[in-house]
Amino acid sequence: MRIEVDESRCFAVGNCALIAPAVFDQRDEDGTVTLLDATPPEREHEPVRAATLRCPASAIALHENETRAHDE
Amino acid sequence: MTDSTAIPIGGRAAGCPFAPVPELYEAQKDEELRRVTVPSPLLGDFDAVVVTRYEDVKSVLADDQLRMGGSMPYQAGNLLSYDGPEHSRLRRMLTGSFTTKRARELRPQIEGVVESALDTVAQAGQGADLVKHFCTPIPTLVICELLGVPYADREDFQHRTAVALDFNTSREVQMRQAAEMEAYMAGLVARHRESPGDNVLGRVVRDFGGELTDSELAGIGNMLLIAGHETIASTLSAAIALLLGHPDQLAVVRDDPSATDGAVEELLRYCAPAAILPRQAAGDICVRDQKIKEDERVVASVLAANRDLGAADQDLDNLDVRRPVQRHLTFGFGPHQCLGQQLARMELRVALPALFTRFPTLRPAVPLDELDYRTNALVFGVNALPVTW
Ligand code: HEM
Ligand code: SF4
Repeated sequence: MRIEVDESRCFAVGNCALIAPAVFDQRDEDGTVTLLDATPPEREHEPVRAATLRCPASAIALHENETRAHDE
Repeated sequence: MTDSTAIPIGGRAAGCPFAPVPELYEAQKDEELRRVTVPSPLLGDFDAVVVTRYEDVKSVLADDQLRMGGSMPYQAGNLLSYDGPEHSRLRRMLTGSFTTKRARELRPQIEGVVESALDTVAQAGQGADLVKHFCTPIPTLVICELLGVPYADREDFQHRTAVALDFNTSREVQMRQAAEMEAYMAGLVARHRESPGDNVLGRVVRDFGGELTDSELAGIGNMLLIAGHETIASTLSAAIALLLGHPDQLAVVRDDPSATDGAVEELLRYCAPAAILPRQAAGDICVRDQKIKEDERVVASVLAANRDLGAADQDLDNLDVRRPVQRHLTFGFGPHQCLGQQLARMELRVALPALFTRFPTLRPAVPLDELDYRTNALVFGVNALPVTW
């Protein structure tokens, strides 16, 4: 699973950080989502899916079948 | 097409103040969205599209063509009075103060506030009214922390809040108290302008004071008071009344700290204190394949959506504090989704177990079915909750 967040859409409510704190956090200044782990381990996948569904801004995109952001 | 019969859309079923009226369930089953007359003491009767399914409520509340419209009186600084870029500009100034981390940092203060409320309950003795001594003081004092109300002013502040938000006092008394509260907020803002405190209002003054007028800042203070007071007081009173009627579930909240977070989520889902969210379409929008036209009013029923069986394979009409956490719309959805929700969760997570731990034999002092529920107010709750232990 690979996660992308769109900071410009984020409403900074923090549901993601509440549900999957190992993967999402919020910037101190304005609460915008920050991604702690773009390719989280298996045990985080369920919480990440729940966080994605509960995000009021549709700011979280999941790519279930990818594991790495770039091939470099 | 407008239904000839009006649906009391915020309405709660006869016999169970927590359940929606049957008409809402019927509307939920219809494929076609209903247009009905909504009786509203505040706005006068109006015609509106009623949205009751979980997915539909989410989709309309997230639609940027749906505006607050004239559903609330305009108030400078109040986020609920703004839409679009003006709304996000103002909201951005506040989000940093309401993160999950900030809510965690406020925990010790909240614990202190809850302890002091529990002492007042104990002092009031057998028959104490929890609404007066517990559910109301907690949010008031938490807001004092957010606004930086000095300790010396807090008793006055509590009194003014109680009167200004009391539905039983006369309109004149309420207006006078609201005016006094506004004057008090203006004074607080002036003080923060001189030396910004380390709290929500102080931070806004420090970081954005140059971009905001005094009346916008006072409006922010007032908004936090109004949005964060009645909602918490109501959720606490409704949740306690509910648990007193389900002693086995009360025992879970009292005895199992690992169950607290899930229980609070279930209580939020079930109580849905802000039962309806009114909007107006700024352009044509679509819900599934159905059109809502520009200028039409829309009312989203949080109460019905939170029990939408389409959302899960569970029996959502029953309270079950142990069930796997269900999604709910108690804090709304989309750009106006409750700014204070992480703080709200923290207040409930601290307050409920603390109450049942301090008074392990807590029970109602009147039969539960005689409690006076505020079923028609904008925010649902219990007017008085006398208890013994
Ligand atoms: C259990 C308690 C609470 C409930 C059920 C609740 C519910 C809601 C709901 C449903 C909305 C959205 C209204 C709409 O979309 O029309 C909202 C907005 C808001 N809430 Fe809460 N709330 C609670 C506690 C709080 C607290 C503690 C605070 C802060 C001290 C707060 C501050 C706000 C603010 C500022 C807004 C306006 C956000 C905006 O328009 O962008 N709320 N709340
Ligand atoms: S849940 Fe969505 S809107 Fe809220 S902080 Fe996370 S990404 Fe942003």
